[in-house]
Amino acid sequence: MNLTLKVWRQANAEAKGRMETYPIADVSPDMSFLEMMDVLNEQLMGQGIDPIAFDHDCREGICGMCSMFINGEAHGPDRLVTTCQLHMRKFNDGDTITIEPFRAKAFPVIKDLTVDRSSFDRVQQAGGFVSVNTSGNTQDANSIPIDKHDADKAFDAAACIGCGACVATCKNASAMLFVSAKVSQYALLPQGKVEATDRVMNMVKQMDEEGFGNCTNTGACEVECPKGISLENIARMNREYLYASLKG
Amino acid sequence: MLLRVYALILVRKLNTMSLTSSTIGRKVAMALSGLFLVVFLTQHFTINFISVFSENTFNEISHFMGNNPLVQFILQPILIFGVIFHFIMGFVLEIQNRKSRVVQYNMYKGSANASWVSRNMIWSGAVVLSFLGLHFYDFWFPEMNYKYVEILPLDPNRYYEEMTHKFHDYLRVILYVISFGFLALHLFHGFASSFQSVGVNNKYSENIKKFAIAFSVVIPLGFIFIALFHHINSL
Ligand code: HEM
Ligand code: SF4
Ligand code: FES
Repeated sequence: MNLTLKVWRQANAEAKGRMETYPIADVSPDMSFLEMMDVLNEQLMGQGIDPIAFDHDCREGICGMCSMFINGEAHGPDRLVTTCQLHMRKFNDGDTITIEPFRAKAFPVIKDLTVDRSSFDRVQQAGGFVSVNTSGNTQDANSIPIDKHDADKAFDAAACIGCGACVATCKNASAMLFVSAKVSQYALLPQGKVEATDRVMNMVKQMDEEGFGNCTNTGACEVECPKGISLENIARMNREYLYASLKG
Repeated sequence: MLLRVYALILVRKLNTMSLTSSTIGRKVAMALSGLFLVVFLTQHFTINFISVFSENTFNEISHFMGNNPLVQFILQPILIFGVIFHFIMGFVLEIQNRKSRVVQYNMYKGSANASWVSRNMIWSGAVVLSFLGLHFYDFWFPEMNYKYVEILPLDPNRYYEEMTHKFHDYLRVILYVISFGFLALHLFHGFASSFQSVGVNNKYSENIKKFAIAFSVVIPLGFIFIALFHHINSL
């Protein structure tokens, strides 16, 4: 396949970026999107052009590092995949593909297509954990009975890989799907219930301080999330938050 | 859980700070004011619809609503507060949301993952707001003028006349029809969405959504029908 790529180039966080156009020839439909980017970078280096910076790590859809807003959608046109799991067969010979970084005030660009998602880490640090006493008398987790239904829901929420596609996609750059997955994952389990009130208050406070937008229930996040995190989690977080703020 | 939440709302005083300063608090306030307006809309529709069947009953109810102190001095101010709160909060959230993405995408496929109505609530809301301007000019200001400024004598039989007179003008009818079209769009997303906002997403949600969608189509169509009915009658 022969393609035309329009890529966001930005030398560093302060620089003013712009779209650059690069042709690329002989792309195999079996390549992953990131492999295609690797080939493009080889080509650019051959021409003495600075290669395009983009995030990646596992390349199998579990780390959440690969970002990219491809043809107007987070992780491209495919569903339930990350960019590393997106294949070139989803595109046609002769296509022009627009590639941009994830955009949100809380995700500033570092260089080209890489963005700083440490705002997610700070939200997580604000309450996304269980403080257990590991002094030797901790109860074995397997001895605490948990409703199968709750365990499944907690597990589904825990599948969130923190990629940020929900924020990138949302017209309001809202992080509610991410935060609600992290809140739910604990709120559903007895170990997490102990600190549920503080957790939801602190995580939402941090989310707001980072400058993420407000949810308007468009549902775009759920559609673009590579892990199929459900909007049900946002409703759960809203309940938890209401309950926690009224309890004071 | 949900019952406990609402029980707590009833017994404790509302924590106004977190309800209007945090994203979730604002969202819930938006949803509750929206739901309140939906209830009001249903009541308003019922009364208007009666005008199609019976001039006398319509006059009686209008007279009651216009002169009962509970309605006039308690419910009406609450309603006005609700409307103002709802659209101001709507604009506040819209501004906050726009600020959350400073640099825009060159290519953004909003239609790939979300409906048009859900992405344009501020516009459907703005049309409804300008309609409210017209509506106040048509009915509320004259009413207030009649009762409290010029203090004209009570006339329990004037309402039907006044109303049908307004719908004689076809331009006004067209504006009403367009506005209620936009109200339908607003509610098409907003009504069901408000349940999600207040934390209701469970096995009943599918049915709630069906009801909300039926409501958002039927009630505005009903208002349109009433306007057309009186227009045609007055020809
Ligand atoms: C009779 C009039 C109205 C009714 C019945 C109504 C109803 C609703 C409902 C039920 C919601 C959903 C809340 C949620 O998703 O949590 C909503 C949201 C909203 N409304 Fe209204 N509304 C009315 C008028 C207005 C007006 C005049 C504006 C002014 C601009 C407006 C702007 C908005 C906005 C911006 C939202 C938020 C959108 C979102 O969260 O998705 N509405 N409305
Ligand atoms: S909720 Fe989905 S889209 Fe959002 S960060 Fe988690 S995995 Fe990514
Ligand atoms: S590189 Fe790890 S999810 Fe794509």
